[in-house]
Amino acid sequence: MLKDFFQSSSGMRFKSRTFTTALIAPGLFCLIVFLAVPCLSLIFLSLASKGTYGNIEWTISLENYKRLLGYNLFGWRPDFFFILLRSLREAFVTTVVCIILSYPLSFYIASRKTPLSRFVWLVLLTVPFCTNLVIRTYAWQLLLDPQSPITQVAAFFGMVPKGSPMYPGAFAVYLGMITTFLPFMALPLYSSIERLNWQLPQAAKDLYASPYLIFKQAILPQTIHGLYAGIIITFVPAMAMFVVTDILGGAKYMLIGNLIQQQFSQARDWPFGATLSLALMCLTLLSFALFRTSRISREGGSIY
Amino acid sequence: MQKRRINYNVIIAIISYFCLVILYIPCVAVMVTSFNDTRFGLSWRGFTFRWYSQLFENEYILEAALNSLIVATTSTIVATILGTALALGLYRANFPNFFGRIIRLSINLPIVVPDIIMAVALSVAFGFFRAFAPIFEMGMFTLVLSHVTFQISFVTLTVRSRLATLDKDLDVAAKDLNAYFFYSFRRITLPLLTPSIIAGAMLAFTLSLDDFIISFFIHGPESVTLPIYIFASLKRGITPEIHALSTVILAATIVLIIVAERLATVLIKRSKKEVKDALDDIGEKVGDLGLPG
Repeated sequence: MLKDFFQSSSGMRFKSRTFTTALIAPGLFCLIVFLAVPCLSLIFLSLASKGTYGNIEWTISLENYKRLLGYNLFGWRPDFFFILLRSLREAFVTTVVCIILSYPLSFYIASRKTPLSRFVWLVLLTVPFCTNLVIRTYAWQLLLDPQSPITQVAAFFGMVPKGSPMYPGAFAVYLGMITTFLPFMALPLYSSIERLNWQLPQAAKDLYASPYLIFKQAILPQTIHGLYAGIIITFVPAMAMFVVTDILGGAKYMLIGNLIQQQFSQARDWPFGATLSLALMCLTLLSFALFRTSRISREGGSIY
Repeated sequence: MQKRRINYNVIIAIISYFCLVILYIPCVAVMVTSFNDTRFGLSWRGFTFRWYSQLFENEYILEAALNSLIVATTSTIVATILGTALALGLYRANFPNFFGRIIRLSINLPIVVPDIIMAVALSVAFGFFRAFAPIFEMGMFTLVLSHVTFQISFVTLTVRSRLATLDKDLDVAAKDLNAYFFYSFRRITLPLLTPSIIAGAMLAFTLSLDDFIISFFIHGPESVTLPIYIFASLKRGITPEIHALSTVILAATIVLIIVAERLATVLIKRSKKEVKDALDDIGEKVGDLGLPG
């Protein structure tokens, strides 16, 4: 039985099999014991309920799921459901804007002549990717302060009342989200645009295709893998974001991430937190499945 | 037609520079503010280094910085070793479908699953183990352990992607020549892998230093790291030292990235040379035995 697990090109002896196991075991142990199993155990935790002192009472019920759908003592109020929808909308808008900005950006970097200037642009994209999220988000607070030049210009044009900050609010949140996730989208997209076969768009142009058609038929199919990677690493974390909304959104602007964080800190309601986490996980898996099917159908319809 | 294309290029350039501006304007704002000689407000009152000198007298900040460095260094070392071993083990063994799927799923979990769910899962796990061993009280140990857990998969995936491109023939050639595993590992596999191991370690280090979400869930009162300190001071009310601190962190990150890039190019060059030498050595030995090369 064990022999089947470790097939190798040149029949390994038992000794090297134990050696392979020893290589794999510690790392896999960490991942399974501290991550995979606890993720699964959230299912059981979500069925329990919160005790009086924030402890967990193991009485099996579907109470938390009812709460998630909006049933409480006072009838039906779908607050949590709206927060779920808002998280989806937030992530969707962020992803779309990042795609719109990333395509021109990647084209521009790819069209730089010298390797040095391409390298500099890539480093310029990587630096914000690696700088701290909390610092970058706080910096927007600084920039949207009533005293900052940006807010004063906006106030001059009557976009905000004089002397009031531009945060907290939807505008500040979107600004924070887009600047956080732009490199996430641009870097994978660039890696596929870099390898683009420019003869196809050129041929399409020679045949007088409209810019839209050139993009749809000659560029999009070639960059779909980078786009897909970008969407996944933008959409999923954007949905779960709680730092940006906490710093720039204020108390009114809650996403599911903020809600989960509250359950595990102030509210000390782990079972409900687990239920919310499961809901987020389902949304994540759903979006994976959705993007995958849409990718396949699009590839099927491409010119290849 | 010609005219139109030029227009597109201009639009593309404008959007690109716009992206650069929105990415960098926050960093610049923090840096400029950190030199401003006023405790409140943003109006410019002259240039000062005052906040930087105060920064190095603030024991809470120094402690948080030390904690960040300890956690990042320890967890990176452990995760690099475990992650590389995991990648090598998976390369050596072919797992049948079911086991392979579980292993692949566990490795991809930290990349696929949002940070906050990972943080929840880790705190549930530590909460469970705390009942059996007091070492799982929230503190430095749990913080390092949680960082190791998510770093492993990043190291493993980086090393694995390099292993996949490795010429299996090299390994087979070494084996045919009866080279011991450790010999061929030391002379061929390791030099070829070194750039990717370093890259994985660098990635792990930045991820750990940068991490806020997981640390926020896992940290205890004695294990406050810099991002947590900054977040907490946002709630308490910001002081100018925070601007200075942020500037120092930003500068350190930029230096780290440049060093990483340089190191990568140097290492790739060196590893190619080392492997060539190793193959020459083996070739010489084959020559000694009088076998056809």
